[in-house]
Amino acid sequence: MSYGVREYTRVREIKGPLLIVEGVSNVAYDEIVEVELASGEKRRGRVLDVQRGVAVVQVFEGTTGITTTGTKVRFLGRPLEIPVSEDMLGRIFNGLGEPIDNGPPIVAEDERDVNGAPLNPSERAYPEDFIQTGVSAIDGMNTLVRGQKLPIFSGSGLPHNVLAAQIARQATVRGEEEEFAVVFAAIGIKYDDFIFFKKFFEETGALNRVAMFVNLADEPAMIRLVTPRAALTLAEYLAYERDMHVLVILTDMTNYAEALREISAAREEVPGRQGYPGYLYSDLASIYERAGRVKGKNGSITQMPILTMPNDDITHPIPDLTGYITEGQIVLSRELYNRGIYPPINVLMSLSRLMKEGIGPGKTREDHADVSNQLYAAYSRGVELRSLAAVVGEESLSPVDRKYLEFADLFEKKFLRQGERENRTIEQTLDIAWDILSILPEEELTNIKEKHIKKYHPKYRGA
Amino acid sequence: MAVKGRIVRISGPLVVAEGMQDAQMYEMVMVGEDKLIGEITRIRGDKAFIQVYESTTGLKPGEPVEGTGAPLSVWLGPGIIGNIYDGVQRPLPLIAQTIAEKAPHRKMFIERGIHVDSIPRHKKWHFKPGINGSKPEIGGKVEAGDVIGTVPETSLIEHRVMIPPGIRGRLKWIAEEGEYTIEDTIAVVEQDGKEVEVKMAHRWPVRIPRPYKAKLEPSLPLVTGVRIIDTFFPMAKGGTGAVPGGFGTGKTVTLHSLAQWSDARVVVYIGCGERGNEMTEVLERFPEYKDPWTGKPLMERTILIANTSNMPVAAREASIYVGVTLAEYYRDMGYDVLLVADSTSRWAEALREIAGRLEEMPAEEGYPSYLASRLAEFYERAGRVEALGSPDRHGSVTIVGAVSPPGGDFTEPVTSHTKRFIRVFWALDTKLAYSRHYPAINWILSYSAYVDLVSDWWHKNVDPRWREYRDQAMEILMREDELQDIVRLVGTESLDEKDKLILEAARMLKDGFLKQNAFDPIDAFATPEKQFKLLQLFIDFYRKALELVEHGIPVAKIREAVGRLYVDMVKAKFEIPNDKLEEIEQLKAKALKVLEELETRTG
Repeated sequence: MSYGVREYTRVREIKGPLLIVEGVSNVAYDEIVEVELASGEKRRGRVLDVQRGVAVVQVFEGTTGITTTGTKVRFLGRPLEIPVSEDMLGRIFNGLGEPIDNGPPIVAEDERDVNGAPLNPSERAYPEDFIQTGVSAIDGMNTLVRGQKLPIFSGSGLPHNVLAAQIARQATVRGEEEEFAVVFAAIGIKYDDFIFFKKFFEETGALNRVAMFVNLADEPAMIRLVTPRAALTLAEYLAYERDMHVLVILTDMTNYAEALREISAAREEVPGRQGYPGYLYSDLASIYERAGRVKGKNGSITQMPILTMPNDDITHPIPDLTGYITEGQIVLSRELYNRGIYPPINVLMSLSRLMKEGIGPGKTREDHADVSNQLYAAYSRGVELRSLAAVVGEESLSPVDRKYLEFADLFEKKFLRQGERENRTIEQTLDIAWDILSILPEEELTNIKEKHIKKYHPKYRGA
Repeated sequence: MAVKGRIVRISGPLVVAEGMQDAQMYEMVMVGEDKLIGEITRIRGDKAFIQVYESTTGLKPGEPVEGTGAPLSVWLGPGIIGNIYDGVQRPLPLIAQTIAEKAPHRKMFIERGIHVDSIPRHKKWHFKPGINGSKPEIGGKVEAGDVIGTVPETSLIEHRVMIPPGIRGRLKWIAEEGEYTIEDTIAVVEQDGKEVEVKMAHRWPVRIPRPYKAKLEPSLPLVTGVRIIDTFFPMAKGGTGAVPGGFGTGKTVTLHSLAQWSDARVVVYIGCGERGNEMTEVLERFPEYKDPWTGKPLMERTILIANTSNMPVAAREASIYVGVTLAEYYRDMGYDVLLVADSTSRWAEALREIAGRLEEMPAEEGYPSYLASRLAEFYERAGRVEALGSPDRHGSVTIVGAVSPPGGDFTEPVTSHTKRFIRVFWALDTKLAYSRHYPAINWILSYSAYVDLVSDWWHKNVDPRWREYRDQAMEILMREDELQDIVRLVGTESLDEKDKLILEAARMLKDGFLKQNAFDPIDAFATPEKQFKLLQLFIDFYRKALELVEHGIPVAKIREAVGRLYVDMVKAKFEIPNDKLEEIEQLKAKALKVLEELETRTG
């Protein structure tokens, strides 16, 4: 798609991040635009709506200082593209994919449209390779597989960055030496969050296999709509054309959705829930669905978006719609965090939809599925009884119920809690699970097959 | 004469064209130089408003728009089963193949403006005139719906070639048994003095329901192998149902179970605005999985329609109609068809997005005011019917739609409107899902209007006491729900013994009957016989235990006496396979014996 550069000067209206330009012809939908201010400053934008003679242009860097006279609007005749190359690993870019680390210019192997194209479902390969993250609550109960999109639902002030970093550092596929390449998109995050990740990548010596796309909180909000797409465009190139396994971390998707709401409001669109546009679901999907594996290619894209739930509310449209698109979610709990438990993962609210294919004999261990089901059943009963005990007192619970209370405590202290640098193997995780399950009477283990009890229960293992 | 106009405006999936004065409402059009597929959804003066089924990036005002003279239609003929289509009936593997020819490294992506055949045009099918040994008579009268021959489409489906709607006359010629493509003429009908050629395939507009002779009452259960569904909230062949639930409650797993295990002859699975990997899962697993009723690969009875969440939104709107039209076509052949739509909420959102772009007045939560009537039209295309033509055939379309209410709130517009048009409601519960009680179908909120209608079938085919046992189990679960409110205030210890027994019985029912592991080879599918045997196990145990409690034996004593046998009972669902049901009987005898011994010891 290329039809040359055309320049126009008739700006009819400026509102919010939008310019309405008149007298245009031959302008394409979604075309990229360069806006030159009277001062000579150049900004970028794209076409959101085009009618004969009139184009609505969204300016990424905002419209502050733009005047209706003396502004030149150049339509560049192509959609927004970024260069892609393997050399982009180890580099830092702004939210539009331009290097900001004073390094050499990128020698592009190709230019790619940041919007990408939908993956053909019949060309996908189902993700099923177990990724060991070394975190028990994830490996044991919410297993991550290569090519999955698994977000972290967090709240402000919770240690989601630490957890994401721990996963990025520890994630391995067993039996393979190769490490993940990491594409990191900072979407409207604070400077210290950025520094945390940068320092982390430097310390772990991982910087040369990380590409960072950075849009900070004080940078123009409209660029946030491009940042994750630019990052994923590089990730797709590395995965499907350079056969790499790529881990994409997108933080914070809440900032992305807010930028989308801003542009929607400026366009006076009919709002959906809480002022977010009705197409928020489809728009988020166009980002999250850019994960997976494809047939005949060795590479993969595993996505770990991070989002902070406004007021810790999981029913807020952003986490809600995200949960409908992603293949599960890891939910962090303020209550656990306040009780000093790291990682504060609320396992009951967390889920990995692709777990079933990634575990079991030959992948993890034959008892994995049963043990995980039993942990869920027992812990949820324990938590329920805990709130009951708070009302009626522990003494009015039956002896078995009191065992469940004890189990819930042990679960949090031994299974859930671990160090920020503690890297547990899946066997260690499952053995801890058996240790704590063994305090329950054996006939309570209704989710586990007899043969697994006989093989793995500490009572029989010792004998 | 097809209309030709020019684009004047582009806004997302909506394109406005002028010079379209002769366009028809819902006419299919080709938009732009790339000939993107679109459909006219509003006409004002010489302007047509077009929803475009492909990405509009790069489209410019001034580009041409060409009418096709016909509404959006699908191809009906052999070659549909086993295929995977996008929202407008383009086979996805063919799209990949076409792209691979131009740009091999882009093969995995869907590009725009690709035109491929919906059903294979050059494939030869083995056509055999007549059906069940009777050959149509030359010179005899034929009319729409008459089966004039058959084609083995897959090892499971005999494709019945019917006279397409609109044709009626005398049969002048019919092809001999042999190999034909869908473009070959296989019969000639003389209609009003003119000769009409009949082929194995024809087109049908997706928004118009296919005709039938009469609608019948659904009375046969659609057996799904899912215990809570078949026993407590049964679906009928030709019925309608909805599965609402927040994310993570297991909508898709439930729908996959239905597509996998139910005793429908043909399954149409529409992935409407959902995850790409879920369609891939079906595509990869179904050719491996065996149909439990015939032992053949599941893909040989399945049609997939995939319009995932990242594919163009307008095609999502169309995919539902494409799916139901294909379902009706196989219904007309006399098959029981199950149509599964995941998710109708995403379809409703597509309606909302397009309505918003058309600047229509929004009703609740931005949805257009015609949301309810569109939902009604869709679900009304379900039903058990007497098909047109001869021989006499009964077929059915069962529709099950997933609903994804924002925040799990069932009062939102899509859920609340859907409830008006369906008769089975399987409400998925976030709380059950959090404790991994799957399927997370809430037995208090769910309902089925078909219980009375399917009782006869159970009584004739499984056990005449089915209803009695089912109702008693339901009663125990209802009572337990009430008791839980009390327990939350005073704890369990202060309940009277009968109520404690209710709690125990409900727990057994929940763990041993309602919870079902869709991924366990033994547990995933329970035959109606196994379902009833398990139900009987728990209910007979409860009845006997109740006698003991009435004789003053405390529940704790009973629990103690039963001991490990309790675990065996609860695990029977995944330890005892469908073909060893006598072991459930033995287990029951053992448990009852323990109770009797306890009774004699203390009595």
